[in-house]
Amino acid sequence: MSALPPPAQALNDAQIAEMLTPQAMWRDPALVRSALIALLSSIVVFGGLAWLISGTEGWESVQRSFFNWEHFRASFPKIWDGFKLNIKIFMIAEPIILGIGLLLAVIRASRGPALFPLRAFAVVYTDLFRGAPVLLVILTLGFGVPALRIDGIPNTPLVWGTVAIILSSSAYQAETFRAGIGTVHGSQRAAARALGLSSTQAMRYVVLPQAIRRVIPPTLSGFVGLQKETALISVLGPLEATRQAQIYGSLHFNYTSYVVAGLLFISITIPLARFTDYLLNRSEERRSMGGAV
Amino acid sequence: MSDPILSIRGLYKAYDQNLVLRNINLDVAEHEVICLIGASGCGKSTLLRCINLLEEVNAGAIVLDGMPISSDAPNLNRIRQRVGMVFQSFNLFPHMTVIDNVTLAPRKVLGVKRSEAESAGLALLDRFGLVDKAREYPDRLSGGQQQRVAIIRALALQPQVLLLDEVTSALDPEMVGEVLEIIAELKHLGMTMLLATHQMAFARQIADRVAFLDAGVILEIGSPEEIFTNPREPRTRQFLERIIGAEPGGALPVTATH
Repeated sequence: MSALPPPAQALNDAQIAEMLTPQAMWRDPALVRSALIALLSSIVVFGGLAWLISGTEGWESVQRSFFNWEHFRASFPKIWDGFKLNIKIFMIAEPIILGIGLLLAVIRASRGPALFPLRAFAVVYTDLFRGAPVLLVILTLGFGVPALRIDGIPNTPLVWGTVAIILSSSAYQAETFRAGIGTVHGSQRAAARALGLSSTQAMRYVVLPQAIRRVIPPTLSGFVGLQKETALISVLGPLEATRQAQIYGSLHFNYTSYVVAGLLFISITIPLARFTDYLLNRSEERRSMGGAV
Repeated sequence: MSDPILSIRGLYKAYDQNLVLRNINLDVAEHEVICLIGASGCGKSTLLRCINLLEEVNAGAIVLDGMPISSDAPNLNRIRQRVGMVFQSFNLFPHMTVIDNVTLAPRKVLGVKRSEAESAGLALLDRFGLVDKAREYPDRLSGGQQQRVAIIRALALQPQVLLLDEVTSALDPEMVGEVLEIIAELKHLGMTMLLATHQMAFARQIADRVAFLDAGVILEIGSPEEIFTNPREPRTRQFLERIIGAEPGGALPVTATH
């Protein structure tokens, strides 16, 4: 006979209530210990890095040219003005990207033989603009199209740079939507068709709403990427944040302006990234709860 | 006897080179309930999917209420709406509430106004004891409730024929009863139904006729009495002995007539 533990006494109501009362975090020794360890290791790592970098021979001059408070203040207004242009480009481009991306994805998911030319076009489009480096597309369109001097179309590099970004990002966004459509099980479509919905209606009311919900996190991640890509338009000359930082830097032989521009971008992209994480966590939780969506 | 509401003539269906239905002939009278039985893979589900035009048939004709139908018909969606289908895995739309699931097709296919579709949908839900779930999403419902909603969703289009494809196979045993009850009630209301099922006791109780499918052929069709107590074909008898022997507590008297 192995020694079985004696039968346990059932907990009384008060004990159960105590067991279920949420404990304050600092009263849990395990949590306190892990918090302390995290704090200590952060101090060691970041302190060590700071000590290493500030101990280098060139640190003094780097600090002067990259982290100068005077230059920070002096360059900020112009860069901030430029950054507003980045935001504007983003705000105009993103809805168009979502629209084109969705359209391309739906075209590629279509089945009718009559739509074959459209499908072929969508495939070429995504392959082309996903394959070509964004910078090349921006340079080609931004310098090339205005040089054609076609009457009646806008001829500024800013417009064509934005178009280039739209072309490139919408190809990525189309793939994201297409992946989302792929995750909706075929039985959903079958159920919709069995109810008499046309294949367009099945797509519109049954497949797409589910697909779009599932790709919200990667789409937001694409927003973050786009916000950064607007900086590439600077190669064409428009006075957005990066360009302004460049101008300030070469006028004053000081690069603090780049740090300013970087901080501005980060101030937008980090909250977006955290929001994406939050949505991802939430959908993960729902899935583990066995819920749909 | 009046003309059958649904006639199937010489239906063949193949997937690639694999023939899954051969020369299916079946007449379904109005208000008749026919149960399709047979081993998994015998073609029951495929036959139902063909009737609903979810699958293209290779040969043969399907005649619904005197009109030949096929999957390349121009009014395909109108036809589908007259043939309701309920799936094994419910296939409710997870992003819609119960009432939206039920009213989607009436609104989008029949063009019924939302308010009218909703009151009709709520009345249907009420009749089958689910009206308190109308605003819930499907993932808040038990499997049995989900399948009942799926049946109601099909009924909302007032189909002439209802096809039920192993509607209890994905359910926990304690939920099978509530779904079978709703089907029994539909029979009582005169709904014409074609059921693929593994529930032999239920088939025997509800069916007007039972068809035994074997390797894509309707091997034998007759009253439940004939099929379950005195099957003509040895294959039918073998199948029933196997499945009823395996059905817990569901032993039906199969009078072996060796």
